[in-house]
Amino acid sequence: MDKPIRVLVAKPGLDGHDRGAKVIARALRDAGMEVIYTGLRQTPEQIVAAAVQEDVDVVAMSILSGAHNHLFPKVVRLLREEGIEDVLVLGGGVIPEDDIPGLVEAGVEGIFTPGTPTKEVIAFIKENIKKK
Amino acid sequence: MNIEERLLKGDKRACARLISLLENNDEKAVDIIKRQYHKTGNAYVIGVTGSPGSGKSTLTDRLTKELRAEGKKVGILAVDPTSPFSGGAILGDRIRMSDLALDKDVFIRSMGTRGYLGGVSKATWGAVKALDIYGCDYIFIETVGVGQSEVDIVKMADTVLMVMIPNMGDDIQAIKAGIMEIADVFAINKSDLDGADKTKLEIEMNLDLNEKSDYRPPVEKVSAIKNEDIDVLLQKVRDHENYLKETGKLHERRRRNLKVEIVQLVEEELLKMIMQKALEGDLLEELSHQVEKRTQDPYTAKEKIISLIRE
Repeated sequence: MDKPIRVLVAKPGLDGHDRGAKVIARALRDAGMEVIYTGLRQTPEQIVAAAVQEDVDVVAMSILSGAHNHLFPKVVRLLREEGIEDVLVLGGGVIPEDDIPGLVEAGVEGIFTPGTPTKEVIAFIKENIKKK
Repeated sequence: MNIEERLLKGDKRACARLISLLENNDEKAVDIIKRQYHKTGNAYVIGVTGSPGSGKSTLTDRLTKELRAEGKKVGILAVDPTSPFSGGAILGDRIRMSDLALDKDVFIRSMGTRGYLGGVSKATWGAVKALDIYGCDYIFIETVGVGQSEVDIVKMADTVLMVMIPNMGDDIQAIKAGIMEIADVFAINKSDLDGADKTKLEIEMNLDLNEKSDYRPPVEKVSAIKNEDIDVLLQKVRDHENYLKETGKLHERRRRNLKVEIVQLVEEELLKMIMQKALEGDLLEELSHQVEKRTQDPYTAKEKIISLIRE
């Protein structure tokens, strides 16, 4: 049981819809990961501070308010400012297809829209994790 | 700069990484703690325990804010249970501590129990030392939501704060052995609920039956969510701290706890040594077959395994 993958699941922005985040958190738990759940309405600064203290391998965020183009890249930028390069950043929620390439380029390496099977997210994390 | 140098400079990431290494049983982490152990012992350790949903996280958040107003540096280790089936965990204590995330003098770390019973995780012992070296004045250890017998927090805390809520059973619960015996300070949280006075009375009556001592655990009604009487509660914790320091009992208590810790480390290492040998030659497999067939009994099987390292 040593070295479980540690994932921060966070809800940046102002929408209060955390059903999806909770479903993901539960699925990752069942896949043997340690999920740090930080709750609703987190600022990018809070998310990055938690990611630092928790020494996570993955930051997974969910937004349904439409603010993803602003908030997701900001989290990546703040992580880089902290000197963190080895954390996998994922985004989920209602995200129009046209926005995805821009987000990926900004460093949000996996984008998962509604209807994605949780198995897919788990497989993506296991394949793309960067820490040894 | 390596982790050790960065840790001594108060670098949060270094502290976080060291705790991860401890959780993953990395020898490098143990070596760092060995070298820096002389720097530990300055932080005052407060254990926060109580049943699930009693408000341990919210109360820890509020107490931390009081300590921060005094300029103290605070570390928080928040433990939640690991699944015995998948090895995964949901660590959700940070939800109640969102405001503290950006405070540069607060360090919050969520930990899964990773198979350890007793309300904390095995790595919690090491993580306390990491936060001590990092320079915390106070360290809170928030246990998993406990039942009646998870009392390991008493082996690592200087003060145990027991968080109760009204109407969790009758007065017999208050006189049962176990968790009720380890509290140095009782907080009755959610004091706005009916029954808070009755719960306080039941605990007080139970304390009346204790042997005479120069310290009696206080019982304080608080409301963490409404931020009521948190300052009073902190003062009670402080009173206990002062009592231990003035009477020399802090050293006594820490010696007692360190003895337990050393024994625990020896047990762990011995078990590892024995089991490695037992698993090597399939001895365990063989013996369990024989025991199941009744050609061997479990006590003799034990003696055979122990004899592996006797020579």
